[in-house]
Formats: sequence, structure tokens, C-alpha cells
Amino acid sequence: MGKFTLEEVNDTYVDVLKEIGNIGAGNATTAVSSMLGLRLDMNVPKVALLEASKLGSAICAEDEIIVGIFLEVQTDIEGSMMFLLKMDSAQFLVNKLMGRESGFQKEFDEMDLSALKEIGNIIAASYLSALSAMTNLVITPSIPYIAVDMAASILSVPAIQFGQFGDNALFIETEFGDDVMINGYFILMPEQDSYDKILTALGLSV
Amino acid sequence: MSKVIKVGMADLNICKSPDIITTIGLGSCIGLTFYDPVTKVGGLVHYMLPDSTQMRNNSNIAKFADTGIEELLRRVLGAGANRNRLVAKIAGGAKMFQVSGGSNVGNIGERNALAAKAKLRELRIRLAAEDTGLNYGRTVELHCETGDFYIKAIGRPLKKI
Repeated sequence: MGKFTLEEVNDTYVDVLKEIGNIGAGNATTAVSSMLGLRLDMNVPKVALLEASKLGSAICAEDEIIVGIFLEVQTDIEGSMMFLLKMDSAQFLVNKLMGRESGFQKEFDEMDLSALKEIGNIIAASYLSALSAMTNLVITPSIPYIAVDMAASILSVPAIQFGQFGDNALFIETEFGDDVMINGYFILMPEQDSYDKILTALGLSV
Repeated sequence: MSKVIKVGMADLNICKSPDIITTIGLGSCIGLTFYDPVTKVGGLVHYMLPDSTQMRNNSNIAKFADTGIEELLRRVLGAGANRNRLVAKIAGGAKMFQVSGGSNVGNIGERNALAAKAKLRELRIRLAAEDTGLNYGRTVELHCETGDFYIKAIGRPLKKI
């Protein structure tokens, strides 16, 4: 059983996790920029530590529809990660990728969902590769899975993952864009032992 | 005028006619209701995990099926419900992401639903109806005046069980 818990994190750990989020989100922004051929700026990500049971309303109203992309990770660290987008941001990205006018709006079809899954996959994978480079740990992501549903329903997945170890959860909010700002949310859910591995790999004693 | 009582994640509460008790966006969690059709007393628990005994940190009783259902039963009986008339209904337990294999994320919804059934059997309370599984979120409402249990989901017709 790992020693690190989100119940008793100190400022050093929050700073480290914030830095991982920062570099990961930076990597992800670069990946999206080059995929869409846009110049994108990024704001400093915000790290939030909150009660797992409050995750459902952490990014928007519980019944607002959002997009969730989920991947499992394995090899040196075990766990999963999630990338979340609000609908307007998701629509913007899909429009860009499909070469549509930026104001275009309709319900996502199979093709849109597949495009979105790919965007989410690239964003999540570039986040993980930043984490991998920083820690020298091998992190292998699974194929991406997508869900478009109520925020509380999608966020029940990380809430349950965190809920197994304690009452707290951690997520990272990023903002990137040019004229239109996109809000994305990363949630990394390592298994208990993997927290220790990440922190040890970064030279922090657990 | 009826009022609406909102139950959050890892939370529970009771309700009396003509009020309505609701929880928004059940994903892999389970919303379980008890209802006594004579006194029109009901209650709802929104739990996240099947078994408190597997956890090191289990102080929040509404987070787990076993402790949450027991506490809800205690509360509805305290509010005037008769144990022999109680009926239970459950919703939720979805698999939000179609993850392959038997990983925890893949089967937690199903395990949550099974935990409700096991606990109800142990308590000898009848499970009158359920709407569980599949891959979408559910908002539920128990109307204590009628005992009707409504389920709302995105892009699906309103369901009453």
C-alpha cells in the first residue's frame, strides 16, 4: 500500500503536481496547435484539490452536458486519466479539425465523435509524455474512450477512482486558444502505489 | 406546494409527501430509494462504492452501499415508515466508458448494482424496480405523494418505474 495520500498533501506536493500539470498542458497545447495549424497561447493551469464527492459540480452545473475522454495507463505507473471539455470548446475544436466555420453548431455525429476522440487522445498522450519525460517512467496509454453526457455522470468515474483511496480528488484546469479560449480539464488518477513512484522519481521523499 | 430535496454524491436524505427527492447525474454510482406507500415517507441514498469493509477510509457512510443503505433505512423508519411496507427502487450503475476487460472502471457500476441487491436481500426488503447498467447518466426523482420514481437521461424519453 502506498504512503502518499491526497488527504495530507503539503505545499511542496501541490507545487510538484501543478508543475506536472503545467508542463503536460503546455505539451498538449503545442500538439493541438500543430494539429489544427493554429497559434495558441496558454494560461497558467490551475490545480484544484477538492472533495471527491464534489467533483460532479466542479467544472459546471451537474446536469450540463460535457465531453469526457478516458484512457487507462500502465507499465511503470498504473491508473487512468481523463480529459474533459465543455460543449462549446468541443464544438470549436471539432469545427477547426473538420474545416468548418467557427460558429457552426449541431449535435455530434459519429464522425465528429471520432475526431473529438482523436483530439482528446493527442492531448492526453502529450500530457502523459511530459509526465513520462519528467519522471523517466514508462507510461503506456490505452486507446481512448469517449462519453458525452451530464457532467456529474462523467465525473462520477474519477470521483469513484479517487473515492477508493480517500475523500479528496485533484484536477487541473487549463485554458488555451487565440481569439476563442478553450477550457480543458485534466484528471490524473494513479493507483495508490503509483503516486509514490511519481514523487520518488521526481526526487521527493514520500 | 411540494419542495424538492436535493441529494449530492455520497449523500442521503429522507422525504415526505408532497415533496420530491432527487439526485442529478448518476453515472456509475447508484441511487437507491425506500418508500412506504401508506405513510408516504421515502428516502434516497446516492452511493459511490459497493463495500465499506474494503476501504481504509470509510468514515462517510453514505459513500458505500452497505453502510449507506443501512443508514437510509434507519432514517426512513425514524421518520415514520413501516419496515414491512417498504419497497426499494434503484437506478444508475452505468458503465460510462466502454473500457474493455475487467478493470475497476469497467465494472464498478455493475458491482454497485449487485451490492444493492445483496444488501436488500439481507435486510429482506423487496426491490420493486430497477433501471441500471448501460452507458449513460441518469437524473432521478422520487415523488413521495405517489411513490413514482422518474428517470431522466440525455436524448431519451422520461421513464417512470
